[in-house]
Amino acid sequence: MFAYIIRRLIGAVVMLLLVSLVTFGIFFWLPKLAGQTTDQIAAGFVGKAPTPEAIQDTKERLGLDDPVLVQYGDYLKGIVAGRDYKAGPTTDKCPAPCFGYSFRSSQPVRETLVDRAPATASLALGAAIIWLAGGITIGVISALRRGSLWDRAAMFIALSGVSLPIYFTGLVSLALFSYSLEIFPGGGSYKDFTDDPVRWFQSLVLPWVTLAFLYAAMYARLTRAGMLETMNEDYIRTARAKGLPEKTVVTKHALRASLTPIMTVFGLDLGLLLGGAVLTESTFGIPGLGRLAIDSIRSGDLPMVLGVTLITSISIVVINLIVDLLYAIVDPRVRLG
Amino acid sequence: MTGTAPAAGKAGTGEAPAAFLEVRDLKIHFPTDDGLVKSVDGLSFELERGRTLGIVGESGSGKSVTSLGVLGLHNKRNANVSGEIWLNGKELVGASQTEVRRLRGREMAMIFQDPLSSMHPFYTVGHQIIEAYRVHNDVSKQVARKHAIDMLGKVGIPKPDKRVDDYPHQFSGGMRQRAMIAMALSCDPELLIADEPTTALDVTVQAQILDLIRDLQQEFNSAVIMITHDLGVVAELADDILVMYAGRCVEYASVDNAFHQPLHPYTWGLLGSMPRLDRERSERLLPIVGSPPSLINVPSGCAFHPRCPYADLNDGKSTTERPELIELEPGHKAACHLPLDKRREIWTDEIRPKL
Ligand SMILES: Nc1ncnc2c1ncn2[C@@H]1O[C@H](COP(=O)(O)OP(=O)(O)OP(=O)(O)O)[C@@H](O)[C@H]1O
Ligand code: SF4
Ligand SMILES: [Mg+2]
Repeated sequence: MFAYIIRRLIGAVVMLLLVSLVTFGIFFWLPKLAGQTTDQIAAGFVGKAPTPEAIQDTKERLGLDDPVLVQYGDYLKGIVAGRDYKAGPTTDKCPAPCFGYSFRSSQPVRETLVDRAPATASLALGAAIIWLAGGITIGVISALRRGSLWDRAAMFIALSGVSLPIYFTGLVSLALFSYSLEIFPGGGSYKDFTDDPVRWFQSLVLPWVTLAFLYAAMYARLTRAGMLETMNEDYIRTARAKGLPEKTVVTKHALRASLTPIMTVFGLDLGLLLGGAVLTESTFGIPGLGRLAIDSIRSGDLPMVLGVTLITSISIVVINLIVDLLYAIVDPRVRLG
Repeated sequence: MTGTAPAAGKAGTGEAPAAFLEVRDLKIHFPTDDGLVKSVDGLSFELERGRTLGIVGESGSGKSVTSLGVLGLHNKRNANVSGEIWLNGKELVGASQTEVRRLRGREMAMIFQDPLSSMHPFYTVGHQIIEAYRVHNDVSKQVARKHAIDMLGKVGIPKPDKRVDDYPHQFSGGMRQRAMIAMALSCDPELLIADEPTTALDVTVQAQILDLIRDLQQEFNSAVIMITHDLGVVAELADDILVMYAGRCVEYASVDNAFHQPLHPYTWGLLGSMPRLDRERSERLLPIVGSPPSLINVPSGCAFHPRCPYADLNDGKSTTERPELIELEPGHKAACHLPLDKRREIWTDEIRPKL
């Protein structure tokens, strides 16, 4: 078990290093390879109408004229331990994790990320709970009643759930439940939990359900397929031969064994969503990381784009690490083998 | 040894029998896209406490389907089960799912063929035995755990108090099979069905497991059905033999009779293909020609006729008329059109000398 955890931890660290290398490469090194001068690169980090002084300033702050390796070292150090930017006579302290400054707001990127993260996390986690509970329940019932009317109806809806895009289901649900029936507030009404918990909840119900619908559909199909397979296993027959009630056979013996592949997919899905649910956030006007990413790309706010990219990658790596550890708890063969 | 074959004409009367286990005219059919698979088609037998019945037959003859049928483990949605199964005065085919479930594990238990795939990989061996015990016995976890350790010790697992917390994949094949047996016996079942309990194991372990089953049977005085294609296992363990072919019983006899004066050509074939350690390899194998019949289009008349060397000796009756299972001697039944004298003659003159 200990060796397994160490292996996974090392794996996660290696992944994170790789992520930093790739992002660094894309944002700082590739442009250079492509023939851009350091002035041009610096211009990207300054804003839309860069003055020569600002460019010179940024070049020095980011150390763009340093050798690539030194730059990468500084960049890494900034994320892990924070970093000091020398700008002429003054020194800007940028505490860890330092992703630099947005040139639009001149705020540290980190602060904006911290500001936006709760909305995305609320959306992703709430939806995840709904889709896990809904998708797995529907999948189990479908598998047990394979071929029945219920099964066929559920799988048809699941198929449409997978194929309908968020902006369609999202807009339809907004039109119906918010503008026509006025049950839930419309788009753009999000408030942080700490400010207004009731509003927070009301504004998130529709996004949760819409986002969960998309994923629940996939999880229902996944669960159904897994359950159909495990229900044919010899150990299920043994469980029945012992005289266990069917409910125990299904939940304790069959479902538990079907959950491992679902956990893997769940890790990827949740990790990706925690970096920003771009379409859902845009459709419902939720000020999360996804919208931040889109806005930053549109306005060419490179430090911000870099920050969101890193956050997304880190959340995927971290969530997958958690899933790997859960795996060891669920399946003793992983832990002891 | 007295046979326990059911008296003719008793099948289908719906009356509770005197025997501990009585199966009457059991039919288990599976409707499939290719047609109706008649895996078991009119099987009857009896078994008393303390006795062992060996069921033998080639692969696909319906042995496992029969045993799962007795335990009520067929899914009503894809299997048609008819006939009667009487266990201890209760009829099981017509009983509700819940009633049969309550009997499973407590009054009748099963040991499966492959002990690795038959145990849940995510739960400890102890947990799985405790679970089996606690469904039927209202005891605390500690009591059940102690019982599980006792059972593991009884089936010969060393350091049972430690191994109880191991997972199935940490056990060797033989130990897993022992653990399966401990699980099956945890509630003192009166009927134990062992479906090829030793095929996955090597020879020495096989012998140990068989010894174990025999000892435990004596201790608990349970009725045992031993399913196998290995006649050696049957010879060692069983009191009576039921020879199955294409879902039906073709011969039923005490072990002595089955080995020394079998009365069915298929049984002769089985005996002929049984490896014997005291003979040269070339001499001993007289395999049955041809392959097992389709269970969808079972051959007309006697299902064995396409492979039977004596099918022509009966004025065509072998291909047109199904031979009934007739009691020829007390406790010895066979289903074949050949006149009894002729069969004895063939056995003594042709078959026995070659075995
Ligand atoms: N669920 C099912 N649907 C259709 N056919 C089935 C089903 N279960 C079993 N059968 C068929 O019933 C026949 C008898 O199977 P069974 O498992 O009882 O054979 P067996 O005598 O135990 O053979 P073996 O010695 O190989 O274990 C086989 O031909 C099998 O294909
Ligand atoms: S009835 Fe005919 S075919 Fe069947 S076993 Fe007897 S002799 Fe052979
Ligand atoms: Mg079998």
